[in-house]
Amino acid sequence: MKLLFEKSVEGCALSILPELDVPEYRLSEGALRLKAPKLPQLSETDIDRHYSELERRAFGVNNGFYPLGSCTMKYNPRVNEAIAALPGFTQVHPLQPSDTVSGCLEVLKLAGGELCEITGMDAMTFQPAAGAHGELTGVMLIKKYHEARGDFSRDKIIVPDSAHGTNPATAAMCGMKVINVPSGADGCVDLGRLRAVLGPDTAGLMLTNPNTVGIFDRNILEITNLVHEAGGLNYYDGANLNAIMGVVRPGDMGFDCVHLNLHKTFSTPHGGGGPGAGAVGCKGFLAPYLPNGYGEDRPESIGRVKAFYGNFLVVVRALAYLLMLGREGVTLAAQMAVLNANYMKKRLAECYAVSHEGICMHEFVVTLEREAKERHVTAMDVAKALLDKGIHPPTMYFPLIVHEALMIEPTETESKETLDLACEAFLEVYRDCMAAETPSQHPLTTVIRRPDEVRAARESKLIYKF
Amino acid sequence: MNIPADLKYTKTHEWAQFTGEGKAKVGITDFAQDSLGSLVFVNLPEPGDEVACGESFGDVESVKAVSELVCPFSGTVEAINEELLDAPEKINEEPYDAWLIEVSDIGDSEELMNAEEYADFCDEENA
Repeated sequence: MKLLFEKSVEGCALSILPELDVPEYRLSEGALRLKAPKLPQLSETDIDRHYSELERRAFGVNNGFYPLGSCTMKYNPRVNEAIAALPGFTQVHPLQPSDTVSGCLEVLKLAGGELCEITGMDAMTFQPAAGAHGELTGVMLIKKYHEARGDFSRDKIIVPDSAHGTNPATAAMCGMKVINVPSGADGCVDLGRLRAVLGPDTAGLMLTNPNTVGIFDRNILEITNLVHEAGGLNYYDGANLNAIMGVVRPGDMGFDCVHLNLHKTFSTPHGGGGPGAGAVGCKGFLAPYLPNGYGEDRPESIGRVKAFYGNFLVVVRALAYLLMLGREGVTLAAQMAVLNANYMKKRLAECYAVSHEGICMHEFVVTLEREAKERHVTAMDVAKALLDKGIHPPTMYFPLIVHEALMIEPTETESKETLDLACEAFLEVYRDCMAAETPSQHPLTTVIRRPDEVRAARESKLIYKF
Repeated sequence: MNIPADLKYTKTHEWAQFTGEGKAKVGITDFAQDSLGSLVFVNLPEPGDEVACGESFGDVESVKAVSELVCPFSGTVEAINEELLDAPEKINEEPYDAWLIEVSDIGDSEELMNAEEYADFCDEENA
């Protein structure tokens, strides 16, 4: 596919502009450009077609099943969009006097209250723009807490080896040293190993529960207690909240602060579909350190983490979703997410080896380790073949504690009929891959076949040269 | 699987070659490069940095994942193999020529395996 710049034809332009009916104004010499900017010149039709062509090459939740583990690719209800498009929300400026935007402020307050109730926290900020940004904010709160007590010796953050890569990255960005704790055979935190690394230098623990293999850590109260006894704080990574919202609360599990991915759990657009929001909640004793927003003046604040109020319209969408579901709906969504994952896990176990037996939460992991050794059939082969079935592949090669991993999260917004079709596709792909005599050539039907990922990484061409 | 007899090995699949005068070169094994797949980036410490026994001194990145490099002994980084920074594929091609760092003033050391023990260890990992 050609770039806009490559399609550009000198002299081509958009619709004819109306005649100039105001006096012409000439900028001063110093403010004028010396060279014309290099902008593509195309007709409106061609631009429209260009972007439609791009859209056809992309794959979203509205194109098909998207079981991307740990990403909670649930359907984003259209009603969210209708509400976020109301002029009262779009025709405002963040510097307007607050008494002229009381409706918008009410949205933030309401959403904060609902999310505090779901997480068991006392205060919430919507400033962080995404999950990792929320993590950074959360760990900054923990750091500030220790410093405010005059305790400067706590510079270690404990992270299990099954954690999302953003956890150790966050800790490192906060100037903390990352201590890895290996998981036990059940995929949960190894209590003995945890005890061994706790001490007067422990700043805190970063954990997601259910964990990355989709298992709820039954020792969670003991884990958070141990960290508290050592003088550290507990940080809850909200990546997997979809499994437990409305059922159990991180605040009751002993966590002191959390981040939520509104773009995962609360049905706001995800990835390329729009900005994210990494709301951060905390217990009352950490609230004085939260970022200052407009109209808030916390003298001990960690400082602003983003301009103005964060991605406000994302919060509007999340609130619309919450109000639509209501108290019962939130719980039911989590329960259905768990049910759907278990249904798929059971059906896929017909062919695929699951990493951990038993009941899972909202997601589960299968491993192609044996197939890779015996038949050279890898997780990559299965993922690529699924593309030809119109299914977005699951998360691959993650978590790192499972080799040749495929991590599957169907979410609650898929019907049994879709799950059945998807399960049949997964099973058929498995059988085809295992029966194949030659290395897999999939995908055969996509615009881009198998790109040379190694060469792309080694010789990345990221700049377009005119 | 290529496991040279004159090198020492770690459970995290590094090799060490002792060159005398309390110095050693460290790299990753054929087994390691094979399971990681094609490497695209290497991060190494600076000469003069201290390395601690059993701790990470850098990482290698394949298209699948980033893996930490663990130093089996404490000491000072005497030299790094700068060539690898631009050509990480050399680790895949010649894992035992592509040394990563040279360490001097070796202090604490973890227990290292000889070639035979390491071959058994790899067989177990593969089982």
